[in-house]
Amino acid sequence: MELASATRGKIDPHLSIYAYEAEADLMLLHFGPQHPSTHGVFRMDLHLDGETVVKATPYIGYLHRAVEKLCEKLTYVQLTPIVDKNDYVAPMSNEQALNMAFEKLLGIEVPRRARWLRTLFAELQRVASHLIWLAAQTIDLGGALGGGSTLFLHCLRERELIMDLFEEVSGARFHYNTHTIGGNRHDLPAGWGERAKAAITQIEERIHEHEAMSLHNRIFIDRMKGVGILDGALALELGITGPVLRGSGVDHDLRRDAPYHAYDELEVNVAVETAGDCLARAKVRFREMRESLRIARCAIEGMPEGPICSYKPIRQPTGVKVTAGQAYAALESPRGELGTFVIGGGDTPTCPYRLKIRSPSLHSLSAIPYIMPGATVSDAVAILGSLDPIMGEVDR
Amino acid sequence: MNGLLHGAVYGAVIASALLSVIAVGIWFERKFAGRMQSRLGPTMTGPVGLLQPVADVIKLLQKEDIVPRDADRHLFDLAPVLAVLCSLGTAAVIPFSPEVIASDLDVGVVYVLGIGGLMVIPTFMAGWASNNKFSLLGGMRAIAQSVSYGVPLVLAVLVPVTLSGTLSISGIVAWQSAHHWTAVWPVIPGLPAFVLFFMAMLAESNRIPFDIPEAESELVAGITTEYTGAKFTLFYMGEYVHTLVGSALGAALFFGGWDGPFRPGLHWMVAKTLLLFAVVYWVRWSLLRFRSDQLMDICWKWLTPIGVGLVLLAAAWVTFGGAG
Repeated sequence: MELASATRGKIDPHLSIYAYEAEADLMLLHFGPQHPSTHGVFRMDLHLDGETVVKATPYIGYLHRAVEKLCEKLTYVQLTPIVDKNDYVAPMSNEQALNMAFEKLLGIEVPRRARWLRTLFAELQRVASHLIWLAAQTIDLGGALGGGSTLFLHCLRERELIMDLFEEVSGARFHYNTHTIGGNRHDLPAGWGERAKAAITQIEERIHEHEAMSLHNRIFIDRMKGVGILDGALALELGITGPVLRGSGVDHDLRRDAPYHAYDELEVNVAVETAGDCLARAKVRFREMRESLRIARCAIEGMPEGPICSYKPIRQPTGVKVTAGQAYAALESPRGELGTFVIGGGDTPTCPYRLKIRSPSLHSLSAIPYIMPGATVSDAVAILGSLDPIMGEVDR
Repeated sequence: MNGLLHGAVYGAVIASALLSVIAVGIWFERKFAGRMQSRLGPTMTGPVGLLQPVADVIKLLQKEDIVPRDADRHLFDLAPVLAVLCSLGTAAVIPFSPEVIASDLDVGVVYVLGIGGLMVIPTFMAGWASNNKFSLLGGMRAIAQSVSYGVPLVLAVLVPVTLSGTLSISGIVAWQSAHHWTAVWPVIPGLPAFVLFFMAMLAESNRIPFDIPEAESELVAGITTEYTGAKFTLFYMGEYVHTLVGSALGAALFFGGWDGPFRPGLHWMVAKTLLLFAVVYWVRWSLLRFRSDQLMDICWKWLTPIGVGLVLLAAAWVTFGGAG
């Protein structure tokens, strides 16, 4: 009941625009799907009074690839590289979320070293993903031909270090396919830990520079502060998770609240900001980057010995069979709660009967009708950037 | 008749010189931005990428000339031409040296401000004629911005005018060299007036952090959204010319123009202009963009009052003999 009251008094996002103001001289602006700042293919219909947004309606589906249907046709083993492409900024999290659900379905225990490896990869991936957020956010604020692109390329330079590390482990720079049911496919090569620690130190130093160019920059603060304020209760009601929720003052993080991987053995300090505006979300992400680098360093130092997979490497695509059962597993991806719900069995025991991916970006986008009205077109770009949606994950 | 010939010859020379400088300027900007962003910039076209501007222009001119079906054809065609004319027109009264000046008008400052202020018309023309919502928003923003920033620009320029007592730009330069500009002039109130001028100039020529009419991350490409090929090239060129002439004006009004500590002449003016031009790009590739309303805040709540104060200060300076 308390949650339901959160939306009371807000502008009803589904209100017909003709009912909004009978004599209104509004301009309907199709913002996207081919627009430089929509983070992929995403469309908003903005009703503008001058430059002020009166109503915003998000439209998704331009990147729909029927991944969930595809998941019913491919076997359990074949699915990992498919979901890599969902959240194409954080592929590691996708793989882990999927395989966690399969392991739960099969009742398989993951070896301790594999759990630590997954933690390490997830945290490094979070830093890489947040760097891309910062890059996209500043390019939204500063333009592709200006200061924004300078920070953009600096962020990509740091992310490159992380991608090099992942490449050493898995052989792929981006779509890793390194997780499998029951553990990991690739162990760390010799000397990787030292190189990773050097890279972490370097990134930690450079995050100071990024902070100076963004969080301590007067223009950045002016553009972000008080813009797109999202109420914590409303965010909960919309199912929003991750940095967007924590920026609205709700202390919720699956890594601490429902530990998976090795998070029960590692300390996680959850970053929470109460303002709920774009600046708060930016601050949360900056603090998370630092925290993730710290956790990654701890994970490298405390990495246990042992097997990395509870199976022998599965060579047959049909190596895993499930006759019945269902499972849901979720983890804290860089964008929030990334969950996979899987029903086993059906006609072919080697394929899932149904697979549903709960993507955090989709829920973040659902806040747009509530927080856009009152903002200007310039703010709309900043707000969209601060929600950090990845359209591959929204549409699947 | 002699004056007309002088004007025609020097006008042609200065205009072609400006356009060549801009070609090199584009190369410089690309290299400079590349280095700032930990990359190399152009390397493939000619030695150290020097032919990149040529490649750019050839590419742009090859593009199909698209006119939207519902566009206002005449305005649409006229706008880019006017944009280049307005920005090149301001160069006519800029003294590059006592001799190299197309027309030494007695009211050069008024002429520059007038012609420069006209820039808003082709900008809005393009925004309106494109019949595109993004262009229209860009045009709206351009009008608000140019009209507002005209005020601090005029106030900033009034400071050297008040101090020197002349509206002729070469007169102002001559006054500066007579009054040891290197020692006394830039400090009070010249330097703050220059900062004011520089900010207003950035806003007038739509440069980051004030490139709000273009704002490609918000308005796709703002006023130039629907422009392709040669017409887009003209807009692109007009913007560069505007920036370059603005830099030259700043060098003449605030930094002693062709005068220097030794061997005064054309080279000083060129060096100062290019330095200011480089600063514009330094700013451009470092800063983010303001929002439209924040821009207005800065203009009316900060720059304009400060400008009025500076003009009063300059007037007091003259009245009480500080400048004598």
